[in-house]
Amino acid sequence: MKSIHEFLTNPAETTRREGPHNRIVMSSRVRLARNLKGFAFPGWAKKPERIRALEAIRPAVEGLPQMADSFSETMDNLTALEKTLLVERHLISREHAAKNVGSGLVVNHEESLCVMINEEDHLRMQALRPGLQLKQAWSALDAVDSKLEKKLDYAFNPTLGYLTACPTNLGTGIRVSAMLHLPGLVLAEQINQIIQAVNKLGLAVRGLHGEGTEALGNVFQVSNQMTLGENEADIVERLNKVLSQLIEHEENARAMLLDKKPKVVFNHIGRAYGILANAHSISSKETMNLLSLMRLGVDLNMFPEVNRALIDELFIITQPAHLQKQFSEKLGAEERDILRADMLRQRLRHVHRPSIEQAREAGLKMDKSKEP
Amino acid sequence: MQKVDLCEDCAKHKGVNDPTGFSLADLLLGLGAGQEIAQSAGGAEIKCPNCGFTQADFKKSGRLGCAECYVTFSEGLEGLLKTMHKGTRHVGKVPQALQESRDLNEKLKSLQKKLDKAVAEEDFEQAVAVRDEIKTTKDKLQELKT
Repeated sequence: MKSIHEFLTNPAETTRREGPHNRIVMSSRVRLARNLKGFAFPGWAKKPERIRALEAIRPAVEGLPQMADSFSETMDNLTALEKTLLVERHLISREHAAKNVGSGLVVNHEESLCVMINEEDHLRMQALRPGLQLKQAWSALDAVDSKLEKKLDYAFNPTLGYLTACPTNLGTGIRVSAMLHLPGLVLAEQINQIIQAVNKLGLAVRGLHGEGTEALGNVFQVSNQMTLGENEADIVERLNKVLSQLIEHEENARAMLLDKKPKVVFNHIGRAYGILANAHSISSKETMNLLSLMRLGVDLNMFPEVNRALIDELFIITQPAHLQKQFSEKLGAEERDILRADMLRQRLRHVHRPSIEQAREAGLKMDKSKEP
Repeated sequence: MQKVDLCEDCAKHKGVNDPTGFSLADLLLGLGAGQEIAQSAGGAEIKCPNCGFTQADFKKSGRLGCAECYVTFSEGLEGLLKTMHKGTRHVGKVPQALQESRDLNEKLKSLQKKLDKAVAEEDFEQAVAVRDEIKTTKDKLQELKT
């Protein structure tokens, strides 16, 4: 069988997939939590019980038509490097990466459907789409769930809905989320205000890797928190509305910055380009933060020959596990920083210095076409 | 908010990148939930008869042990669910088999009423038709259960 990194699609290809509003919305995701009747939840079940649950679930998931071309493995058969790779691709949670015997993973070839078995719940299934496509992700996952419920006996209570290990997921068990790139709101120092406003609407704003993580590279995850007392379609719709407002706020912040503080914007982007294209040692965190600024530069038309997909690809392949997998010998953090810088210089060698004229024009255009 | 820059070794030492370590939000939530349950129990230790999970375990992890725990700890959970969610009753997707049997049960109820009415009005032709319909509905319901 192929190893997970042979199976997964090359980031050069996945990042080229287009979706609505993908200048700001990097991806959409819907997750459902489900448990089996008659089995203790994975966090409380003893090893033999977890293994029995895994053995009941895994064939049912593998047998889905949506999983015809899929990778399926138990977590104990994956190396630490492979697990980190999956985290960097946002296919599994960091919690799931820590699992071993009795937990498993099934992911399809397009990386649009991924099922974690015995994470916090027996089943954590998720559908992923590029850009803003929450409804599409929900209907795809709804179909998967309807197929699975015919083969698996779910723990369901008419009053409380789908029963989950954590009461925060009770009811629909749904988590609808989008990954947003918001450099404009960060540079304009409006991000905290926006986060507070979004929180007040009962939505959570988190960092790059979800709960308790930092917003590296100005990437934020916005998701629903409440799962009981509201149906799935309404949750999706509510998030959709908030997201289109966030998109507008981000566009406004960018236009305002170009208008009021163009030098600040150009300075940030110019320096980001300078460092990324010329450094000889650079950390993963610095890379992400600078790539974010370059991505903004691409959006502002300051790098006419650069496709946004290149930046998104670099965002993934410069992360530690992706970098490590290209080299056979184990790398230390310092060696990785040097190799990361080598890779960035190589990949950015034909990229010209940011052009200010184009950005000014783009700013004017953006102002005129600001209406959503 | 406080910003801290750590080197790789210190981060490891402090467990910053430890994926098994649970986040602060979970911790706080777990504690709140645990207290809520402890209060409702009036100090007595409740234990899930199905899986042996106790309120102390819930306090520790913020997670429940099994589906039955929702019944065992229902009293303590109610307040918690109220603060956590929009409502305390599920609205949304229902497994299809369950939805179908629900619909059939509803249908049975209304058919029974129709039958009673037909009998009262001595409309025996109608009563026979309704009785047949009740039988097919009951058969369908039986089919679902097997």
